[in-house]
Amino acid sequence: METTIAHLKIGQKGIISDFNIDEIPLKLLEMGCLPGNTVELIQIAPFGCPLYFNVNDSHVAIRLETAKEINVVIESKN
Amino acid sequence: MAQENIKVALIGNPNTGKTSVFNQLTGLHQQVGNYPGITVEKKIGTCKLSDNVKATILDLPGTYSLNASSIDENVVIELLMNKKDENFPDVVVVVTEVENLKRNLLLFTQIKDLEIPTILVINMSDRMKLKGIELDIPHLEQELKTKIALVSSRKNLGIDKIKDLILNYKSLSTEPCLNASSIDVEYFDKLRKAFPNQLVYKLWLVITQDVNFLNLERNEMKSSFTKSHADLKRLQQKETIKRYQFINDTLKIGQTIDNSKASDIRTKLDRVLTHKIFGYIIFFVILFGIFQSIFDWSSIPMDFIDSSFANLASYAKTHLPAGEFTDLISEGIIPGIGGILIFIPQIAFLFLFISVLEESGYMSRVVFLMDKLMRRYGLSGKSVVPLISGTACAIPAIMGARNIENWKERLITILVTPFITCSARLPVYAILIALIIPEERVLGFISLQGLTLMVLYLLGFVVAIFSAYILNKILKISSKSYFVVEMPSYKIPLFKNVAINVLEKTKAFVFGAGKIILALSIILWFLGSHGPDKDFKNAQKIVEQEVYSSPTPINPSVIPDRVSEYKLEHSYIGYIGKSIEPVIKPLGYNWKIGIAVVSSFAAREVFVGTLATIYSVGSQSDEEATIKNRMEAEINPDGTKIFNFATGISLLLFYAFAMQCVSTLAIVKKETNSWKWPIIQLVFMSGFAYVTALIAYQFLK
Repeated sequence: METTIAHLKIGQKGIISDFNIDEIPLKLLEMGCLPGNTVELIQIAPFGCPLYFNVNDSHVAIRLETAKEINVVIESKN
Repeated sequence: MAQENIKVALIGNPNTGKTSVFNQLTGLHQQVGNYPGITVEKKIGTCKLSDNVKATILDLPGTYSLNASSIDENVVIELLMNKKDENFPDVVVVVTEVENLKRNLLLFTQIKDLEIPTILVINMSDRMKLKGIELDIPHLEQELKTKIALVSSRKNLGIDKIKDLILNYKSLSTEPCLNASSIDVEYFDKLRKAFPNQLVYKLWLVITQDVNFLNLERNEMKSSFTKSHADLKRLQQKETIKRYQFINDTLKIGQTIDNSKASDIRTKLDRVLTHKIFGYIIFFVILFGIFQSIFDWSSIPMDFIDSSFANLASYAKTHLPAGEFTDLISEGIIPGIGGILIFIPQIAFLFLFISVLEESGYMSRVVFLMDKLMRRYGLSGKSVVPLISGTACAIPAIMGARNIENWKERLITILVTPFITCSARLPVYAILIALIIPEERVLGFISLQGLTLMVLYLLGFVVAIFSAYILNKILKISSKSYFVVEMPSYKIPLFKNVAINVLEKTKAFVFGAGKIILALSIILWFLGSHGPDKDFKNAQKIVEQEVYSSPTPINPSVIPDRVSEYKLEHSYIGYIGKSIEPVIKPLGYNWKIGIAVVSSFAAREVFVGTLATIYSVGSQSDEEATIKNRMEAEINPDGTKIFNFATGISLLLFYAFAMQCVSTLAIVKKETNSWKWPIIQLVFMSGFAYVTALIAYQFLK
């Protein structure tokens, strides 16, 4: 199933498929947020933003609007 | 024997323990300065490698890559691009850490492309067992074309290996580990042909960054090789992917991770510390605890500094030959230095706590928790640290706003931070509160005076947030809200790192703000002890005449006090005070308070000292109580008290809001790179202070 990382549930993992590069800071790419890498949502801050992910073994928090620009494919449950 | 000196640059991602490695290598042989023209800290240390070889080690600001997104990171690139820079390294040491090796190696591969001899340090090796990580060092060395030192800066392991590698840096390969230009062969070939003498990667950095590069006509380059911003970014993405491919391939053989061993302390702590209720409770308890202990712990050293300098001043006055020069020392310089040193305990304690919170990894969680709340007011989660630091001193706080990526959020943070109650306001508040608020307790245990102080703190915070909200509405700056916070793993803070950090922050205050405060105290002393006309010189005679010729008998013992009062009235500063009296009268101030307010524009705490001078309080007595008594006794010509409730509240509000710190304005100018913002700050904060003080006085009188 394809969605964005903003729609993941806590603890859920997905594989980054693509993103809108104009809306993503380069720093995030450099931390390993790149197509093909697995991303896991660890925590959502109170009031729904920022979101705290583990991507490519980097633990980073980004804001909701950035997260919405990153598409992922969620691995099937089984 | 001639000493050989090897220049080393220490580079690494934030949170890799780079500073610990630096501290281990150099011990206390460090110097902190600034890069010319900017306030980025420049840390240089020395380290003895062998009997006749030493290394000069430059600790560069932490950066994730050579694509800079802040002035701190820019420093790294500008140095590495400029072979003529006096600090250009003979050898670069890239510090990485074992748990984030993959990400850390990105920067390493970029630096290798610059063809500078490069050593790889893999830090935090003590955590390998815990995390189930194994490394094949010979394989990594071969693939990465470097030498590796496996280090634990925490346990002081492997530091000798680094020294050894630095000593033999000439044997290091300068070949890049991968060919990054294959992402767009045609484009890079053209570039290579146009500038055959330059490294392609360097050219690429010049095109993509805003760095100054001496040897190249940047504009000429831009015009012929420019691409749209979006195209450049796409290429940068390709470049990053390419580098990660190489790194992943290398680590596939070079690193094995047994995931079952990964401990989950981090997960458990995160669950509690970023919890939507407990997270906030814990943060506020920590904050409360910090302020409580700062006040408790710093009162003893502060009292000690206070009395020592008072003693020193009176000692100087009695033991040095009387004259102008002695007065300068005992009334200008000594109290001036004392006025700076008195703030050290509070500032040191606050930075002790802040650096413990930062070192432990907790601060990132606070940023995470607070971001959404702060954004409502145009601030960032990262504004929390400057706002807390602001309770000590606005100068390091404003410098701390540098890691906010979004320019608008950073600017707003810089502009509102001076509203936060800093330690220089405290002595002013203390004396005014003692004067107008009765020493009573409500409900039997809440001290009314303590409550007032707390209200003033809250007021500063509320006004800071409120003005941020307004600024957010007014300022038309569109910048994308890039916000990326790394959430480092939790660590027990290292004593050495914390201690050195506290020392540096305190030194920055003493030498930054201190210089200005000292200079101004001397100027104020001069203005207060000299007068333009002969009334000042003949004060003694005039007063004596008045006293002896008075129709009602006056006790001659009042003469010395009357003389100093008369002198002050006819000194330069007295005339300044009188000339502004019409402006400050509606606020309930007379010319004496006017003098104190004017001199406070140098730095707020000067208020108390100036009052002490105005009321000619001998420095041997318990100053505060004496000034208080004299202020209480001060009356208007019509017989009413000058320091009544209305005046006091008006003054408190004025000091809470007015921009009265030259050092802060200077730092804002540096950080925003224009006079526009400090001037706006000065005009608006002081205007706001005037209006609120005016309203308060007119309502309460």
